[in-house]
Amino acid sequence: MKHARIRYEHEIHAVTVEADNAVRLSDGRLLAEDQVEWLPPATGSMFALGLNYADHAAELAFTPPTEPLVFIKSVGTYTGHRQVTWRPDNVAYMHYECELVAVIGKAARNVKRADALDYLAGYTVCNDYAIRDYLENYYRPNLRVKNRDATTPVGPWIVDVADVPDASNLTLRTWINGELRQEGSTRDMIFDIPYLIEYLSSFMTLQPGDMIATGTPEGLADVVPGDEVVVEVEGVGRLVNRIVSEADFFSARKEA
Amino acid sequence: MSRTLHDVASGTLFGVALNYQGLLDQHLAAFQQAPYQKPPTQPVLFIKTPNTRNEHAGVVLQPQGKRLQPGPALGVVIGERASRVSLENAMAHVAGYVVVNEFSLPEDSYYRPAVKAKCRDGFCALGPQLVPRDQVANANQLSLKLWVNGELRQENSTANWVRDIPQLIAEISEFMTLHPGDVLITGTPEGRVDVVPGDRVDVEISGVGRLTNQIQAETPA
Repeated sequence: MKHARIRYEHEIHAVTVEADNAVRLSDGRLLAEDQVEWLPPATGSMFALGLNYADHAAELAFTPPTEPLVFIKSVGTYTGHRQVTWRPDNVAYMHYECELVAVIGKAARNVKRADALDYLAGYTVCNDYAIRDYLENYYRPNLRVKNRDATTPVGPWIVDVADVPDASNLTLRTWINGELRQEGSTRDMIFDIPYLIEYLSSFMTLQPGDMIATGTPEGLADVVPGDEVVVEVEGVGRLVNRIVSEADFFSARKEA
Repeated sequence: MSRTLHDVASGTLFGVALNYQGLLDQHLAAFQQAPYQKPPTQPVLFIKTPNTRNEHAGVVLQPQGKRLQPGPALGVVIGERASRVSLENAMAHVAGYVVVNEFSLPEDSYYRPAVKAKCRDGFCALGPQLVPRDQVANANQLSLKLWVNGELRQENSTANWVRDIPQLIAEISEFMTLHPGDVLITGTPEGRVDVVPGDRVDVEISGVGRLTNQIQAETPA
């Protein structure tokens, strides 16, 4: 089953998702995908992985890490399915990153790999955009690269763990304006989800609603205002986002 | 944590590293070398996740086999949504101040995010109360003191900030909205000390308050 959060007529609803991405409200109403505002399906902390695909690590000319490279995102950077993300003016390189996301379902501390899946609420998808112009070598990747307003689309929904029999063998794909630009498989992950839950929970308590964004494979490319960017993880979801200019983003926000 | 503080400061905890000139100066030579190449040009930010929240009189656990260091800091609690605010208007977005003890394992490098050092349960104490903005005449002239078992171990002044509050809010809100209830932890000065189980740790900031925490040993899993 797929679980989403949407806004409809100024109210936030927890919904289930049916055929053609229609959403079922708790009162029984069925609404079409384009009738509702899709919100991020979870709002906890996001633990995002850098360089967690063997191929992507090679592409960026780094040796693969021996310990997970984890950075943290906070709620203000999340946005939902079918929303917009802004490209700042005067930057040279803004790229998408298609990622499988594990969503924590219950508090997890000192969890062993073998038990890790018991702590999951399910899986979702994110597009972990980065503005490479802003990289600095302090707590890299720094927040100005990775924690910008509305620059991490998450969703569209959370799919139950039981509906994804093997999370370590899923195809990831990204399209820009309908053209396939990135393709990889979760089998190339360096640190898989059970490992990451064991690792993080060995020194902190993961909370319900926290997310682990597991990194992206090779095939990154620049995106510009007007582009429709679709990231998909096989069997989990297809997350649509559109790039707008800085001026358009902030003027729309002022009107809202 | 007092009810009022908990209600008001319930948002994201954003930390600023290297925001004391003395601390930055200690590292400037290293920051010209690999892997840094050049000193930071922007505020060096990190996030203390919600599991790190702790309160006045709360217990902080020293992880097995690790060194634990308190981090005295002034916390700035956001009162009004701040997106792309100017230096001149920045203070209007501040609700008030709180004493923060931003606990960390020692950092031998600033290159990668310090999640393992900074995001452990209970590693960010805030309290005892929120002091409204208008009750602090000049946030750039506050003394910070750290006592361990009543002995003064670290002392500095917010006069030594690299960036003051308006500068931080203006630069950060350029790319990331600060929401009501978010807390900006304005940095810990040079000279972090080690604490051990049994220690009582106090952070006092003039005109803001005195925050007390007790250190205990983490019991093995």
